[in-house]
Amino acid sequence: MAPTDEVILEVRDLVKHFPLTQGILFKRQIGAIKAVDGVSFDLHRGETLGVVGESGCGKSTLAKLLMALERPTSGSVKINGRDMARARGGELKRMRRNVQMVMQDPYTSLNPRMTVGDIIGEPFEIHPDVAPKGSRARKVQELLEVVGLNPDHINRYPHQFSGGQRQRIGIARGLALQPEIIICDEPVSALDVSIQAQVINLLERLQDEFNLAYIFIAHDLSVVRHISDRVAVMYLGKIVELGKDTEIYDRPAHPYTQALLSAVPVPDPEGRQNRERIILQGDPPSPANPPSGCRFRTRCWKAQDICATEEPLLQIRPGTSHESACHFAESHDVVHSA
Amino acid sequence: MKNTATDVLPAEGGLGNEPLLAVDDLHVEFVTRGGLVKAVNGVSYTLQPGETLAVLGESGSGKSVTAQAIMGILDMPPARIPKGEIRFRGTDLLKLPEDAKTQIRGQRIAMIFQDALSALNPVFTVGWQIGEMFRVHRGMSKRDAEKKAVELMDRVRIPAAKARVHDYPHQFSGGMRQRIMIAMSIALDPEVLIADEPTTALDVTVQAQIMELLAELQRESNMGLILITHDLGVVADVADKIAVMYAGRIVENAPVFDIYRHPAHPYSKGLLESIPRVDLKGQELYAIKGLPPNLLNMPTGCAFHPRCPYRQDNCVTDVPELYEISPVRNSACHYWREVLDGTDG
Ligand SMILES: Nc1ncnc2c1ncn2[C@@H]1O[C@H](COP(=O)(O)OP(=O)(O)OP(=O)(O)O)[C@@H](O)[C@H]1O
Ligand SMILES: Nc1ncnc2c1ncn2[C@@H]1O[C@H](COP(=O)(O)OP(=O)(O)O)[C@@H](O)[C@H]1O
Ligand code: SF4
Ligand code: SF4
Ligand SMILES: [Mg+2]
Ligand SMILES: [Mg+2]
Repeated sequence: MAPTDEVILEVRDLVKHFPLTQGILFKRQIGAIKAVDGVSFDLHRGETLGVVGESGCGKSTLAKLLMALERPTSGSVKINGRDMARARGGELKRMRRNVQMVMQDPYTSLNPRMTVGDIIGEPFEIHPDVAPKGSRARKVQELLEVVGLNPDHINRYPHQFSGGQRQRIGIARGLALQPEIIICDEPVSALDVSIQAQVINLLERLQDEFNLAYIFIAHDLSVVRHISDRVAVMYLGKIVELGKDTEIYDRPAHPYTQALLSAVPVPDPEGRQNRERIILQGDPPSPANPPSGCRFRTRCWKAQDICATEEPLLQIRPGTSHESACHFAESHDVVHSA
Repeated sequence: MKNTATDVLPAEGGLGNEPLLAVDDLHVEFVTRGGLVKAVNGVSYTLQPGETLAVLGESGSGKSVTAQAIMGILDMPPARIPKGEIRFRGTDLLKLPEDAKTQIRGQRIAMIFQDALSALNPVFTVGWQIGEMFRVHRGMSKRDAEKKAVELMDRVRIPAAKARVHDYPHQFSGGMRQRIMIAMSIALDPEVLIADEPTTALDVTVQAQIMELLAELQRESNMGLILITHDLGVVADVADKIAVMYAGRIVENAPVFDIYRHPAHPYSKGLLESIPRVDLKGQELYAIKGLPPNLLNMPTGCAFHPRCPYRQDNCVTDVPELYEISPVRNSACHYWREVLDGTDG
């Protein structure tokens, strides 16, 4: 099923600052880690939005905000038009139910002392209306079947499964409450190459079957391209570029996106001597103390004076068809330009 | 009379017909409570000066254990090496006396580990740890060793090396720590450098920095580089040749261009086909079916047979030898011809 125009998740100016404190007895706040610092986007029903960016740029924090596992410092998250921060009681519960998560590490994200049946069925304890007590075992078996596991293994423990199988258990658990949105935080990074393809195929099949919307966080840019309809590129707590997969990969306009894409090794040795490679120097600056103006300017080869004083907003720039946050945005096909 | 270390040490200089390093039919097993784990079951590969060999394989396929055997850092027991040779310039390291071994391993053959954070000692400064190479192996004074450490930190491009030589590992980012590991490993100008997943834990931007650094160091000194990885992109970028491992064996050895164009083993072929490709967007990815084998309970015959689309009856019973396809290529598949031809199984 193709993504629709219906907005299912609306994120506006979302901010999460973690206080930086000093002192043991009398904690003084000496600053803040600006993990997510003004992020806005829409997610449509049945759509996959990929999120990429270097370690520490705020991807997992964004995921936790969308899951209401962290309280935002400011900004709003609306699900089907309703503001999550304003919802209370039964409505909040229903909203939370509607957004589920699949985590990175299939080895540590499952409780080793619980059976697979208990793990997948646990969400029903919190939301008993989805599956009344008597029907739960059957529901869990159905879910196991949906993700390609043997329904007879309901009483086994996580250590009796391989990494790829454990990831399927995590996916089954995410599906239990029939959410409309699933947030996948690095769902295949811990898996072997030969198993990754199986899990990606599964996620795509489930999306079609249940018309799910995905936020797909990953550092493997070729996997993100394969699965995403649109891609958001993050740098130091902000989205610096947002567009359709072809726009981001074939016509990236932000220097950071260009550097990121050119750093990805192409799995084909043909023509490797002539490939363009933008090697960024240094590490990203600390999110506690981001540079003024454009946050990328300390590593950007195109930086001018204005970049230090004026923050570039995420908007459609001249000569491009999608949003980017650079004063000098300019489409450039880094991957194919050799 | 007992040989002294210098009598048996391989000479430097020309190699004749011998490769710089040759692993030949290496077997490594671990005695565990669960039974005998045959982690490496016949690994053979060679390395020439200046060459980059990529060892590719999924986790548990025996890449690191092979590297640890070369470095002589396996704990024996529980490990043992029932069979095989590791020849450095023609001399079998497994047969050398202890004192001779220590003069080669760590000095002429060096290694960078997968996890830089746990490989560095948290209670010593990075300068002290790099300097240790010179104090222990070259008998240098503390002051000279520290000077050398600063030089090396410069060489691996750690900014403000002089100011940071007294910092501790946790004060550096992941990429910087990996540079420090690299500095330690190249301190004594090794002839062979083994890098075990040196960038797996790092961002692609940092990975690109580290790979560029390794390539530069290699150009400067003509080291042979063994790069252990599971990333088909990194391999395509830097390798001269590839050894593909599966269940403790080499299943294919080939020059990099040959294997990406025409793989000769169903496992390498499956891996290459499962890479997401732009032109296949929206379609299902090719996926190798099934799971990697359990080393305690290996399939009979060819270990890949439960997952192999080319399987025939004899695959279940006969272990395929490493068939020679050309002087620089081999494949451990009875049906390598069919795989090469691209006729589907
Ligand atoms: N609970 C917390 N308290 C303080 N700082 C935090 C907390 N959680 C995250 N951070 C900081 O916020 C920033 C963003 O972290 P986040 O985990 O979102 O990064 P990420 O993009 O998911 O990185 P990775 O790719 O490594 O998973 C980092 O600097 C991190 O150290
Ligand atoms: N000390 C040990 N005791 C028992 N088994 C081991 C030991 N070290 C490694 N192994 C096993 O040997 C196999 C190969 O491991 P390794 O070489 O580390 O794989 P990789 O290819 O991922 O580097 C694995 O099944 C691993 O569990
Ligand atoms: S705004 Fe300036 S510093 Fe920022 S990315 Fe664009 S050119 Fe570079
Ligand atoms: S020997 Fe048989 S089972 Fe093994 S890889 Fe070749 S065709 Fe497949
Ligand atoms: Mg994260
Ligand atoms: Mg390993």
